[in-house]
Amino acid sequence: MTLSGRPDLDAIAAWVKPGAAVLDLGCGDGLLLKVLNATKRVRGYGVEIADDNVLACVKNGVNVIQSNLERGLQGFDAGSFDYVILSQTLQAMRHTEAIVVEMLRVGRQAIVTFPNFGHWQARWQVALGGRMPVSGTLPYQWYDTPNVHLCTIRDFEQFCAAHSIHILERLVLHEGRPVSFIPNLRGSLAVFRFEKAAH
Amino acid sequence: MSQDQTTPRSVGAVAARRLRFAEPIRLRSGATIDEYELVYETYGRLNAARSNAVLVCHALNASHHVAGYYADDPQNVGWWDNMIGPGKPLDTERFFVVGVNNLGGCFGSTGPSSPNPQTGKPYGASFPVVTVEDWVNVQARLADRLGIRCWAAAMGGSLGAMQALQWAISYPDRIRHALVIAAAPKLSAQNIAFNEIARQAITTDPDFHGGNYYHHGAVPKRGLRVARMIGHVTYLSDDAMMEKFGRSLRSGKLGFHFDVDFEIESYLRYQADKFSSYFDANTYLLITRALDYFDPAHDHGGNLTAALSPVAAAFLVVSFTSDWRFPPERSREIVKALLEHRIDVSYAEIDAPHGHDAFLLDDPRYHALVRAYYENVARDVGAERSPAAPSAIEEGESVPMTAGGSFAA
Repeated sequence: MTLSGRPDLDAIAAWVKPGAAVLDLGCGDGLLLKVLNATKRVRGYGVEIADDNVLACVKNGVNVIQSNLERGLQGFDAGSFDYVILSQTLQAMRHTEAIVVEMLRVGRQAIVTFPNFGHWQARWQVALGGRMPVSGTLPYQWYDTPNVHLCTIRDFEQFCAAHSIHILERLVLHEGRPVSFIPNLRGSLAVFRFEKAAH
Repeated sequence: MSQDQTTPRSVGAVAARRLRFAEPIRLRSGATIDEYELVYETYGRLNAARSNAVLVCHALNASHHVAGYYADDPQNVGWWDNMIGPGKPLDTERFFVVGVNNLGGCFGSTGPSSPNPQTGKPYGASFPVVTVEDWVNVQARLADRLGIRCWAAAMGGSLGAMQALQWAISYPDRIRHALVIAAAPKLSAQNIAFNEIARQAITTDPDFHGGNYYHHGAVPKRGLRVARMIGHVTYLSDDAMMEKFGRSLRSGKLGFHFDVDFEIESYLRYQADKFSSYFDANTYLLITRALDYFDPAHDHGGNLTAALSPVAAAFLVVSFTSDWRFPPERSREIVKALLEHRIDVSYAEIDAPHGHDAFLLDDPRYHALVRAYYENVARDVGAERSPAAPSAIEEGESVPMTAGGSFAA
């Protein structure tokens, strides 16, 4: 079973420890959890708001809880999951700050993935084309994008520093391959694993 | 979607059966019933491994007649016929489905209107209070007699869902899946209040005779009518009622009297008349009491998570956004407690306008979900598709009877 076309999910699947309790926020059709169930025997639950995705999860044999993430995670106890995952959804959340705080309340660790607005193509399109960027990781026009809180890798790292969040691991990708040299310019997709900083 | 799916159709003509249980059953109240009968129906075929049986539990005013129709009464269609049958979400070509009229019922199983063997007269007021736990214990005895060690699933809506949940608590090794629809882990004060109004309507009816109206050749119909009206209002949403009836007037103008003016009054009276013609008042009291008493957390200091400790079954929990009787938050309490035990659970909140009764309607999102879940159940228990005879179990004496009840909330 593979996660073809979603290199960020491959990265997550590689990070998650076998047998872990995993909460996947905005889990879509449940593909990541299906893979994690099969390869890591996790205790996994997805959270989804869309009816068709909830149905798809059940068809995929994945546990799913229909809920609106914008209202937080009040149905989940503090520290009840090893990992809380939010893949390619952070930038579309209205309450971005609140959901990250919630992820670290419910999970011992959190994993997020998001399109890097600092990628050179995005910068190029704004700076020289004078237009909002459209690319593989940002496929929307300005008027139909669900993305309301786009950020760069540097933005996110500053956010973590300001919120006492300790970054455990970072992977930056472009077209499925890791980028280590000036990643905020050359990477189009960011994957972060983090926890609450010890006081 | 599987290729071999049958076009949905009725399970066809069905027949109720009756089984006698001679072993006394001790109830939660401490009372004992020495012997009793249960009336039930089955659809589909029990497979060789006996792994494909599904128990469908009824709610307040329904019965064992869950699907199909009676050959001599084709209008009498089972109360969950849109859910159960060949090619339907609960597919009788895959599963062996059992519906049973609960103890204390009025559709053939032993209840207050049945003769007490010690006196030969109807139990009436002397019939003991039964609880959801008692029903589940009785259903377990039926399962024993039918040769069902472990249910593939138990399923129900409303009070029926409470029985499915109780199964997972009382007999964790005898149930693989629980489908808990439009449920609550316990009634709220408001829920109990509505039940109490209904009971007061019945018990203050001069024809009630302290519950022994059978001896007087009377039926407390007026009380039952009001009880049904109150119940019915709580099963529907404000929006659904407004949509269906609005403020429409029967004669097009105000009558300046207290007879029927508005369509909603006419509808309520019609439902009340129908209901009071077939339902037993004592059974109504018993079942509303069973609802009031259901609270698995009660013996665990109010901690539902502790109450669900024994649970091993996987769950599908479904609520409906417009259900104000058991709103989605109540279902989420169940989900949260299951999550704390890392039980496999999926939860869907169906955006349906119909109120509590939505669980009986065939909303496509809701039915698609239940269908998909049963595909997983079938895989889990190895339920193969086999075009089935109506029933393969020959246990029990067949009873030529019809069961009333259309709405089942």
